[in-house]
Amino acid sequence: MTVYLIRRLMQSALVVLAMTVILFLGVYAIGDPIEILISPDADQIERERAIAALGLDRPLWEQYFTFLGNALQGDLGRSFVFNEPALKLILQKMPATLELALAATVFAIILGLPLGLIAGLKPDAIYSRVIMATSILGFSLPTFWVGLMLIMVFAVQLGWLPSTGRGPTAEFLGVQWSFLTTDGLRYLIMPALNLSLFKISLVIRLTRAGVRETVLMDYVKFARAKGLSPNRVIFVHVLKNILIPVVTVTALEFGSTIAFSVVTESIFAWPGMGKLIIDSIYVLDRPVIVAYLMIIVFMFIILNFTVDVLYSVLDPRVRLQDQKA
Amino acid sequence: MSEQPTIEVRNLRTHFFTKAGVVKAVDDVSFSVGKGRILGLVGESGSGKSVTGFSIMGLVDPPGRVAGGEILFQGRDLAKLSEEEMRKIRGARIAMIFQDPMMTLNPVLRIDTQMIETVLAHDKVSEAEARKRARAALVQVGIPSPDERLKAYPHQFSGGMRQRVAIAIALLHKPELIIADEPTTALDVTIQGQILFEVQKLCRESGTSLIWITHDLSVVAGLADEICVMYASRIVEKGTVDEVLDHPLHPYTRGLIGSVPSRNVRGRPLAQIPGMTPSLLNLPPGCAFRARCPRASEACLVEPEMTAPLPNREVRCFHPHLETVAA
Repeated sequence: MTVYLIRRLMQSALVVLAMTVILFLGVYAIGDPIEILISPDADQIERERAIAALGLDRPLWEQYFTFLGNALQGDLGRSFVFNEPALKLILQKMPATLELALAATVFAIILGLPLGLIAGLKPDAIYSRVIMATSILGFSLPTFWVGLMLIMVFAVQLGWLPSTGRGPTAEFLGVQWSFLTTDGLRYLIMPALNLSLFKISLVIRLTRAGVRETVLMDYVKFARAKGLSPNRVIFVHVLKNILIPVVTVTALEFGSTIAFSVVTESIFAWPGMGKLIIDSIYVLDRPVIVAYLMIIVFMFIILNFTVDVLYSVLDPRVRLQDQKA
Repeated sequence: MSEQPTIEVRNLRTHFFTKAGVVKAVDDVSFSVGKGRILGLVGESGSGKSVTGFSIMGLVDPPGRVAGGEILFQGRDLAKLSEEEMRKIRGARIAMIFQDPMMTLNPVLRIDTQMIETVLAHDKVSEAEARKRARAALVQVGIPSPDERLKAYPHQFSGGMRQRVAIAIALLHKPELIIADEPTTALDVTIQGQILFEVQKLCRESGTSLIWITHDLSVVAGLADEICVMYASRIVEKGTVDEVLDHPLHPYTRGLIGSVPSRNVRGRPLAQIPGMTPSLLNLPPGCAFRARCPRASEACLVEPEMTAPLPNREVRCFHPHLETVAA
């Protein structure tokens, strides 16, 4: 297990390094932040002073290595716009996004798993067909449109839920959270539901496919032949086996949920990282863009790692392979 | 036969209602097994022998269902029981052992979990008591260091060991009847021998009746008391093991025995039954074996009934090999 961990860590370090090169080149190849940051009527001397201050006059490779050296010390550069460390800016916005993504994941599991189970156990029933048809909608309807429709129905027409912002928050572990206040929860429901729509559909389909495959297995028939109650067969013998793919995908999807919460955050004016990155892209605030993307890369690596560990908890066969490695 | 048989199957019909038509997987099957007796149910793949076993267990999956007949277990008709009443019998009074030991144990649950849940499904005992019983069952089937093995997962066992665990699970409630669906087919010959020996011993000791489903005549020869040969959903021949194997009456049984390689002379092409099993979806009228039978005649265009040409022998054929018995 230790050897395996070390190997995984080294692989991860290489991935991060490769990503810094790609990100840096990619971001620095597009647009000129100077054009946006400096007023058009600034003179040549002012321009050059600004360029030098931002370090944009030096060759690309030198900029890259400066960035890399700073990054190793935990400094991902200063925002051109806010003149604050980019990392700090993003970390300030992170709890809001994390909260949104977590709520979306919780929705996906508490709605997706039971619906998928029902659809998998009685594939021919009418309600199962309805569930599956709806899940196709969840896959194919664009997030922004669904978001707007939710606002139309629940905020404008019915007036049940607030449409924008985060609402009142309460402090926990030094961070502000919406879900700790009842009013904050009302603000959280719609954006979270909107963000989780795709994930709910995904979990439904995964669960259904898993159930349909697992119920045909000999060990399920054997479990029934042992005289176990139907509940025990479904919730222990079947469910524990299908949890493996569901956990993997849900955890990996958590990364994409955070990365792509941009749309939902924009529509519901949720003050998270997604909104920050959109604003930063508009003004070509390179350090913030790079820092944001680096954080996303880190998050995916950590998630993958967590999934591997979770896997070995759920599937004893994986544990044995680890011992051999 | 004054004593009531443990199980008596009468005119069992299990049909699968598929989109392509009705598949009669089990058609008019009758047999009975007395207390402590071993019945060998022999036939090729798809002859309906496994479905017969699942029908008794009440585990035929849709679109299949028991369409007719009676399954009398100690006088009670299992086909008429509710799902919950049937659940109480499954695993407690009638247990089943499956073909592939690699697939019968749930890969993500520990052996102790899978054994204890079986005890608790039928008896209200403490978990410690259930564990004690599970341990005793493992000892009974000859698994060394049972305490350690209880905490293991199925993938840490060999195929033979897994089958022993499956047998131990079947024995937990000391059932009156065990249905074994080709339990040794997936195992090495040496392990097969050990398992056969164990099962035979356990049945003798506890008076458990056994239905041993197999396609392997050599397994049945040493194990069973009686034998039923199935072909295309029907029983074609029935009798004691020695009688049937030494003097087969049905041409199909004869062909099966002739196909066992060791009985052929070295150097000559191996004997085989020509043709293949017919599709159950549209069986031609008359005897299902007609097209492959060397003795077929016009008479075989009519479905033959089960007849008893000799005492204690039954055969479904117009032209049984009676001459071998006379000799």
